Amino acid sequence: MIESIFLINGLGDIVMEKHWASAIPRSICDYFFDVQKSASRPEDVPPVIPVPHNYLINLLRNNLFFVAVISSEVPPLFVIEFLQRVVHIIEEYFGECKESIIKEQHVVVYELLDEMLDNGYPLATESNILKELIKPPNLFRTITNTVTGKSNVSSILPSGQLSNVPWRRADVKYANNEAYFDVVEEVDAIIDKMGGTVMAEIHGYIDCCIRLSGNPDLTLSFINPRLCDDVSFHPCVRFKKWEAERVLSFVPPDGNFTLMSYHVASNNIVAIPIYVKHNIIFREGTGGKMDLTVGPRTTMGKTVENVVLEITMPKSVLNCTLTVTQGRASFDSVTRVLLWDIGKIDPTKLPGCKGSIALQSGATIPSSNPVINVRFCVNQLAASGLKVNRLDMYGERYKPFKGVKYITKAGQFQVRL
Amino acid sequence: MLDSNKDGLKLEAMKRIITMIAKGRDPSHLFPAVVKNVVSKNIEVKKLVYVYLVRYAEEQQDLALLSISTFQRALKDPNQLIRASALRVLSSIRVPVIAPIVMLAIKESAADMSPYVRKTAAHSIPKLYSLDPEQKDELVAVIEKLLMDKATLVIGSAVMAFEQVCPERTDLIHKNYRKLCNLIVDVEEWGQVLILNMLTRYARTQFVDPNTKQPVPEKEFYEEEEEDEATDEPTRPRSLDADHRLLLRNAKPLLQSRNSAVVMAVAQLYYHLAPKNEVGTVARPLLRLVRSQREIQSVVLTTIASMSVKRKDMFEPHFKSFFIHTVDPLPVKLMKLDILTNLAGESNISLLLREFQVYIASQDSKFVAATIQAIGRCASNIKEVTSTCLAGLVALLSNKDEAIVAESVVVIKNLLQSQSADQEAIITKMIKLIDHVIVPVARASILWLIGEYCDKVAKYGPDVLRQMAKSFTNEEDLVKLQIVNLAAKLFVTNPKQTTLLCQYVLNLAKYDISYDIRDRARLIRNILFPSENIKAIKNPKKIFLAPKPAPILESKYKDRDTFQLGSLSHFLNIRANGYRDLPDFPEVAPDSTVRNVEPPSRPTSVNAERVSVSYAQEEKSKRKPTFYSSSSEEEEVDGEESKSETSETVTESDSEMSELQSEPDQDLDKKSISIQEKTAGKTADSTEDSDSSESETSSESEEDEIRPKAAQGTTSPPSAQTTKSNLDLLLDFDGAVPDIPTPIITPTIGGFLTPIVPTVTTSSSLMSNSVDSIVMSSPAYVANNPKELISRTAGNGIQVGIRFTRSPHLYSSTMASIELHFTNTTAEDLGEIKVANKVLPVGMTICDFPVVSSLPHGQTRTALIGIDFGDSTQAAVFDISIGDRILKLSIKPPIGEIIRAVSMSETYFLSQQVKLRGMQESTAVATLPPSVVDGHAICRRVYEVANVSPIPSSDPLVFRFGGQTLSSKTLVLITLKTEAPKVTVIVNCEKIIIGQMLANQVKEALDKH
Repeated sequence: MIESIFLINGLGDIVMEKHWASAIPRSICDYFFDVQKSASRPEDVPPVIPVPHNYLINLLRNNLFFVAVISSEVPPLFVIEFLQRVVHIIEEYFGECKESIIKEQHVVVYELLDEMLDNGYPLATESNILKELIKPPNLFRTITNTVTGKSNVSSILPSGQLSNVPWRRADVKYANNEAYFDVVEEVDAIIDKMGGTVMAEIHGYIDCCIRLSGNPDLTLSFINPRLCDDVSFHPCVRFKKWEAERVLSFVPPDGNFTLMSYHVASNNIVAIPIYVKHNIIFREGTGGKMDLTVGPRTTMGKTVENVVLEITMPKSVLNCTLTVTQGRASFDSVTRVLLWDIGKIDPTKLPGCKGSIALQSGATIPSSNPVINVRFCVNQLAASGLKVNRLDMYGERYKPFKGVKYITKAGQFQVRL
Repeated sequence: MLDSNKDGLKLEAMKRIITMIAKGRDPSHLFPAVVKNVVSKNIEVKKLVYVYLVRYAEEQQDLALLSISTFQRALKDPNQLIRASALRVLSSIRVPVIAPIVMLAIKESAADMSPYVRKTAAHSIPKLYSLDPEQKDELVAVIEKLLMDKATLVIGSAVMAFEQVCPERTDLIHKNYRKLCNLIVDVEEWGQVLILNMLTRYARTQFVDPNTKQPVPEKEFYEEEEEDEATDEPTRPRSLDADHRLLLRNAKPLLQSRNSAVVMAVAQLYYHLAPKNEVGTVARPLLRLVRSQREIQSVVLTTIASMSVKRKDMFEPHFKSFFIHTVDPLPVKLMKLDILTNLAGESNISLLLREFQVYIASQDSKFVAATIQAIGRCASNIKEVTSTCLAGLVALLSNKDEAIVAESVVVIKNLLQSQSADQEAIITKMIKLIDHVIVPVARASILWLIGEYCDKVAKYGPDVLRQMAKSFTNEEDLVKLQIVNLAAKLFVTNPKQTTLLCQYVLNLAKYDISYDIRDRARLIRNILFPSENIKAIKNPKKIFLAPKPAPILESKYKDRDTFQLGSLSHFLNIRANGYRDLPDFPEVAPDSTVRNVEPPSRPTSVNAERVSVSYAQEEKSKRKPTFYSSSSEEEEVDGEESKSETSETVTESDSEMSELQSEPDQDLDKKSISIQEKTAGKTADSTEDSDSSESETSSESEEDEIRPKAAQGTTSPPSAQTTKSNLDLLLDFDGAVPDIPTPIITPTIGGFLTPIVPTVTTSSSLMSNSVDSIVMSSPAYVANNPKELISRTAGNGIQVGIRFTRSPHLYSSTMASIELHFTNTTAEDLGEIKVANKVLPVGMTICDFPVVSSLPHGQTRTALIGIDFGDSTQAAVFDISIGDRILKLSIKPPIGEIIRAVSMSETYFLSQQVKLRGMQESTAVATLPPSVVDGHAICRRVYEVANVSPIPSSDPLVFRFGGQTLSSKTLVLITLKTEAPKVTVIVNCEKIIIGQMLANQVKEALDKH
C-alpha cells in the first residue's frame, strides 16, 4: 500500500513528506525529478513511474505533484483516487489546494494525512467526519486559537463513524434551512471544417449545497430521468430506488458535495449552443489573413456568455494583427496563442474578428490549420434537456428553501479549421 | 518549551516539531523530551506526540518502550476512539520487542464491541505481520474471526488484512463468501475495491469458465467475428453457479460508484468472470471514467485498450468517444489512437480514416507517426481498405516533414509484404525518395524492399546499390546492414551487373567498426564467394530470398490481459512486486457446499441499511403525484397537504381491518388454545432457554447483543437462491425455527414450541427470567376469514380471497405466508391452479404453492404462497393459471403484515428503544373513541393492524409491542402511552418509513369508532 507521500512543486522542491511504514529516503524523488525534467509539459509526466524496488504514482493539481510511493501491487486507480480525495479535502479545508497554503498549514495537513491513511490504507476519508476530528480553520478560530492557545484538533470525539449515515455529521443545526442544486453540464464536441459535428457528448453533474438541520431524507425527481444513461452517485444515494423509479433518494451530507454525475453519450444528438465561422488563409511571403465570426446556435433563447476563443498558431507564425468588433484579442508571440475574449454574445450584433497574420520570413506555409478551442457558458440551460421535477423532504418538520440552477459550459470544445 | 507545564507552550513546540518532520528535517534528538509528553492530558498535544512517536520510535527503541504502558492503559479506555488510536499507534511503533504486546492488543481489540476498534485491529494485523512474521498463525486466526464480522465497517479492513497476510487461505473465504457478496454495497469504497479484487481471484478458483467455448484464435476474430458470435450463442447453455451469479449481480450496482477505483474493480471482475454477453455492461461506466482527470484517464484507457483487443464489440458503438482532442496529453492521444485502431471495422473505417487524416495534419510529430502506424494497422486488418490506405500513405511520401515520410515508408514496407498489388509502382516511387529520406529506419526499409523485390524492380537495384556503396561509411549501422543484405541479394539474382559492387561493399563492411556488420560481411562472403577449403553452398538464392511471412501489425496492448486488468502490473506491463497471477478457471468446479453458511452465531449490524430503500416512502410518493406542483424552482412544503395525504394512505388498511374485526370470537378461541399449547411447550424449553441466556450475558460485549437478529436479514437471503439440503434449510432459520407451521394448518399452531408467549400485557410474570434477547413469538391475533382480492365479476366467475397467516413461510423465514382461497363460481370444473409467470421488483421473491390439481365448480381450494416483500409495501404482481384461464394477482401487503411478532424483556425493549431515537422514531397522537376503555381493547386494535407481540410493561398506562420486519429482521418497537382519551403512538424502527407508516396506521386504528 501507500508507503509515503511527497508533495513536490513544479520546480522540483519537496514541499512536504509523510511516511507511514518506515521512512523512505528523499532520494527516491530523484527518479521523479528526472522524469519531470524530461517531460515537455508537466501534464506529460506519466501517472505511474516504476523505479527500482518501488513505484511512484503521482497526481498533478495546481502545479503541485502528489507523489505516492508504492512498494507492491495495488490497483493504480486506488492510489490515484485516494490522492484526489486528499486534494479534495485540502480544498475543503483551506478553499484552495496550492503550495503556499500547504506551507502555511503544515501541521493541519499533516494531521489530516495521518487521519486519512493508516498503514497506507485509507481510514477516514469522508470530509464530514474529518471535520469533526480536526476542525477546519476559519478566521474566528485562528484568533481564538492564538489567544487561548488551542489548536484545531477537536477535543470532543466524533460519533459519525458509528452512525447509520457515515457521511453526515450529527446534530446539524441551521437557522435558515436551504438546499441548492446546480445542474452543470459540460459539452465536449469536435466540430469539423464545414460546421458539422464530428462528435459531441455531454458530461453533467449535480453539485449540491445543502444546509438542513437534523436528519432530512430528500427525494429529488426529474422530469426526464431516462436522458442520463450512465450515472454515478455519491454514496448517500439509494441505488435501488434509482433502479426502480429513477428518483434520487438520499440523506445528504452536510455542506457542499457532488450528488451525481452523468454522461449523455455521443450516440445521442446533442444541441450545440454556439457556432464559429472562420476563414484563415496562409499565403507564401506576405503571411495570411483571418476572419472569424461567432454566433449562438441552439440556445433556447438564452444568452451565451463568457465566450473565449483560443487558437494555437503553427510554429511559423510570427505575429497577428487583429481588429475585433467586441471584446479583446491578443496574441502571445512566445506560446503563439491567440486569445479572443468576447464575453456575452448579442444575437443581433454578432462579434467578428479580422486581421492579418505575419509569417516568419522564408518559412514555408504551415501545412495544417490550427484548431480553435472554444469556452463558453450558458446560464439557465441544460444542454441535455434534463430538468429537475421536484424535491421532497421527509423526516423533518421545517420547510426548507430550495433552489435549482442550470449551467451549460464548454468542456473540451474544439472547432477544426 | 516541551518541559513547560503550560499546555499552550507544549502545543506550540510540538507544532514546530511536526513542521520540521513534514519538511524532512530530522528532530529525532528531541525524542526524550517528546516522549515524556505522551501522558499529557491535552488531547491535541497527545495527538501530535503520537505522530512524532510513530515516526521516530524505530530509531530510539529503548526510549520508545517508556511510552508503551500509556497505550496499554488507553486500550482499556471507555471511549472507543481513544482505544482505537492507542491500538493504531501501538501497532505502528516498529519495535520488535513489543510484538507480543501488540499481538495481545490485537486479539483483544478484535473482540471489541465497537466496530471502529475492530476495524483498527484489522489494520494492525499487517503491521504486526511485517514486524514479526512468526506470528502468522495466530494472526490468521484473528483474521478468520474478523472476516466473520457482520459490520460493514470491519469487513473491508479484514479483507485487506487477509490479502496482505494470508491470501492463499481461500478456505477462510468459503464461509463468508455469500455474506461478502451481499454486504459489498454497504462497505466503504476502499474496502469495496479490495473485496472485489479478492473475490475475482477467489471466483477464478471456485467456478468454471462461464464461456464454455474455447477462446477463438486471434486471426479469425477479426475476419469472422459476426459468424463467430452467431455460433457462439447457442453453445452457451451452461448456467452459472448460483454463487457466481450472486457475485455478478451484487457487484453490478457498484458500477455507479463515484470512486473510479471501484468502477474499475467491477469492470475487471466482469471482464474476468462474467459470461461474454454480460461483459458489455461495463463499457459505459468505463467511458464515463475516460472523461475524468488525466491520471485516471490514462489508467482507464489502458484497460479499455486491453479489453478492446479481445472484445471489440463492447466499445464499438462508442468509438466516437475516443476521438482525440488537441488538448489531450500525448500519452492519452497515443492510447486513444490504439483503441480507435482496435475498434476499426468495416462499418466505421471510412469515418475513422477521415479522422486520421485530420490527425496527420497535427503539429506533434510523435502523434503523427503513431497515426500513420494506426493507418497501417487498419489497412492490414481490414482488407477492403488496404488499397485506399496504401494510396494515402504513398501520398504522404511527398510530405515535407521527414519524420512523416520515414514513418510511412516503414508502414508501407510492412503493408507491401502482405499485399501483392502495385508493388512495383510503389517501390519505384520509394526508390526515388531514397536521396531525401534521412531517417535510418526508413532508409533501411527501402533498401530491404528493393532487395526483397529485386526481381520486380530489377532495373533500379544496381543503381541504388552503387549510390549506397558511395555513402556506405556515413550510414547508420542499421542501414549498413541492409546495404550488405541488398548487395548479397542483388548478387544472387543479378551477378552480371553487381559482382564487383558486391565485393566492394563487403570489403567496406569488413573493416567497419561494428562487429555485427563485420560478422555479417564475413558470413555473406563465405556463402557467396566460397574459398577453396569451404564447400560451396548450392543454392544461395534459397537462403537469401526465401519467402518471408508478412508481419502482423497488432496492438501493443494485445497480450496485456495476462495481467489482471486495472492492476499496477497491467498498467506498466511489468510484473510488479507482490503481483499474484489470476488463476485459470478450474475444469470442474470445486464443491460449492463449502460456502453454505452456518447460522450466524453472534451477528451485529451497524450500518447495513444504507442502500436498503425505504420502500414505504416510495409507496407514499407514488400515491401523491400532485403533492408538489411540477415546478422545481422554489416550492414550499405545505404542511396541511402532507397531513391530508398521510391519512389517505391509511384508508386502505382501514377497510381491511373492518373485515378482520368481524370475526373476533372465533379468534379468541383459537388464541386460548394456543396459550395452552404454548405454556406446555414452555416448561420443556425453559431450561434450555435459560442456558442460552446465561451464555450470552456472560460474554461481555454489550454491543453484540444489541441487535442479535437485526443482521440476519443480510446473511440469510442466499437461502432463496441456492438449493439446499433440508438440514441447511433448518439451520438457516436459526431462531425462527420453532415458528414454522406446516402449510395450510391453522396458524396458531405456529407458536407451540416457542418458550415464552405472553398473549396479553398482563402476563409479565411469564417474563420473569428476563432474557436479553429477542424471541420469536406467535402472532397475537390472526385474521380468520380471507379478504376478497379478486371479486367474482372481476375474475370471470373465479373469486380469490387472501389471508395473511402471520406465520413465517416454510421455505424461508423472510417470507410472509399468504393463504389464497380460490372459489369457482362458474358452471364448469376448472383444471389445475398454479403460478404462471411472475415479474417481480428487485428484492422480492415468491415461493410458489404446490400445484392444486383441480378446481371443481362451486368448490373452494386454498393454497399457501410465500412472498418475501423485501420490507417494502410494493405489490407483488404475478399471474395464476387456473385451467386455461389466467388471473392477474396483485398482492399488496399492509405495513403491519411484513412484520413478525417478537417478544423480549422490558429492559431489553427499553435499551433498544434508546438506540432508535431521533430520526428513527415516529410519533402520532390518536384520540380513542368512547367505546374503547380498557387496555385490552387498545391492544386488540393494535394487533389487528400489525403482527406484533406484547412486551410486559411496568407502567399500566404504557403498552409496549415488539416486532421485526420479515426480510431484514429490523426491530420495530411500538409504545402506546395512554392519557385517556388521547393515546400517543411511538414507533421506533431503523427503517424510518416503515416506522412512520406503522405509526399512522396504529393511530388510525385507535381513532376508529
